Amino acid sequence: MDYNKLLSESAVKMRPSGIRKFFDLAAEMPECISLGVGEPDFQTPWDIRDAAIHSLEIGRTKYTANSGLKELREAICEYMKRKFDLSYELNETLVTVGGSEAIDLAIRALVEPGDEVIIPEPCYVSYEPITTLTHGVPVHVACLEENDFRITAEQIKAVLTPKTKILVLGFPNNPTGAALRHEDLEAIAEVLRDTNVTILSDEIYAELVYGMKHESIAAFEGMKERTIVVGGFSKTFSMTGWRLGFACGPKELIAAMTKIHQSCIMCAPTTSQFAAITALRDCDDDVDEMRKQYDLRRQYCVRKLNEMGLKTFEPRGAFYVFPNITSSGMSSEEFCQKLLQEKHVAIVPGTAFGDAGEGFARISYAYSIDHLREAFKRIAEFLEEHKGEN
Amino acid sequence: MDSIKLLHLLADDPRATITDLADILGETEENVKKEKDELEKNKIICGYHTVVNWDKANIEHVDAYIGVSAKPERDAGYDKIAERIARFPEVSGLYLMSGTSEFLVSLNARTMREVADFVGSKLAPIEGVTSTVTMFVLKKYKVNGVTMDMKEEIHDDRMIISA
Repeated sequence: MDYNKLLSESAVKMRPSGIRKFFDLAAEMPECISLGVGEPDFQTPWDIRDAAIHSLEIGRTKYTANSGLKELREAICEYMKRKFDLSYELNETLVTVGGSEAIDLAIRALVEPGDEVIIPEPCYVSYEPITTLTHGVPVHVACLEENDFRITAEQIKAVLTPKTKILVLGFPNNPTGAALRHEDLEAIAEVLRDTNVTILSDEIYAELVYGMKHESIAAFEGMKERTIVVGGFSKTFSMTGWRLGFACGPKELIAAMTKIHQSCIMCAPTTSQFAAITALRDCDDDVDEMRKQYDLRRQYCVRKLNEMGLKTFEPRGAFYVFPNITSSGMSSEEFCQKLLQEKHVAIVPGTAFGDAGEGFARISYAYSIDHLREAFKRIAEFLEEHKGEN
Repeated sequence: MDSIKLLHLLADDPRATITDLADILGETEENVKKEKDELEKNKIICGYHTVVNWDKANIEHVDAYIGVSAKPERDAGYDKIAERIARFPEVSGLYLMSGTSEFLVSLNARTMREVADFVGSKLAPIEGVTSTVTMFVLKKYKVNGVTMDMKEEIHDDRMIISA
């Protein structure tokens, strides 16, 4: 069998993820200090694990409804109302396998070949491959450092065409940590109000914002009918391995997504769904505590990096800082590779999140403060040793 | 400087040095030392404790919890009795409680005999104490938030790099 001829063209054409390449390099260095992960360091709160164990003990081991347990969807609706003042009905809610499945479903449910999907970059790595697999056309827009990596309404307006189908908004953002403000969202809503563009609002980091309150674009006038909100449990409740997320949006779109979901997934893992009910209803205090810890580390990282001479804007969300490394005279890839080889510290080049990430690197602070201090000591040494090379 | 942050850091790790704390908080060592001294002086920080699993160290010891019923005194309430109980060095904790007994005393001793002697000759005779109920600790599972001899949770099994 010659699979070079057998594999689908779109699968072959998929670009290997920049993260993957770096992962392979770092994997050869098991003793390295990593600041490279996109998942929390905290354990899943015990109440959530206990709820999962209880569900197993009483034998809740079967499929659930395709769209998810009714009780969980009710809990999602209550949660969206309580946290973000968004009112959804049960038929406007779908439980998915992580936020990533919800992203996949939304794009597949909407995109026709040739449709354009506006993707502000740097961003999470899955929007583009899913778009191209669906034969959509990714339209990249660069979020700029001088705007604190926030996308602007003008930038969106400039790339809108009659073929635009989706605007992806991934804020709070991985990898930059940028969060959109009320006035940013209002301006974007204004630009989209009289169009047929759907917003894919990936709000997986909605609960991890610092010194501000997260607002969803769906809460702005006229936006709910054109927005699919993607949420999840991985980041907020430290539940990455449970693989659970959700989508809320217009019922027609949710129905189409559910059709795709039932064909390829059937339903999200039952044990995780039971755990998630407890997460949404009983774990505000755990989330507050984790947020407090992240915030301490965030302030530490921003201060240290700026002191070392790597200009770093103060991120408002997620658990990443995105220092500008151009003062080193190196490209993003070169910087991260050398840092890994010479100091055994793993961070991710900004280019893994799109071309707009050139000149930057993603540092995750989902690590203990002691771990961060050791890594930053090494980064400072690295900069010192390469001083004056550019 | 943010003393709440300092308190949280010290509660998590009492061994953190002034240098560590200054680095984490972005303050001068002088400021951190001043603040820490102040917190200690004002008894907001009341002490730094080491949690020892004495069983594992093979050192003979006995811990007991004693429920103490007592009659309040005019004007002083329970405070005077409490002071009398608290002054014994073997008393490691003392609380005024709701429920059947007025006080809960925790006691660290070397032998059961010592506990019995303490209750019989020191605690029960205190004026105002009407009865005691002694409970011996058989095994410790968790002390001051630290689990003892339980299966350790996996510390960090994340991949080195992920999206």
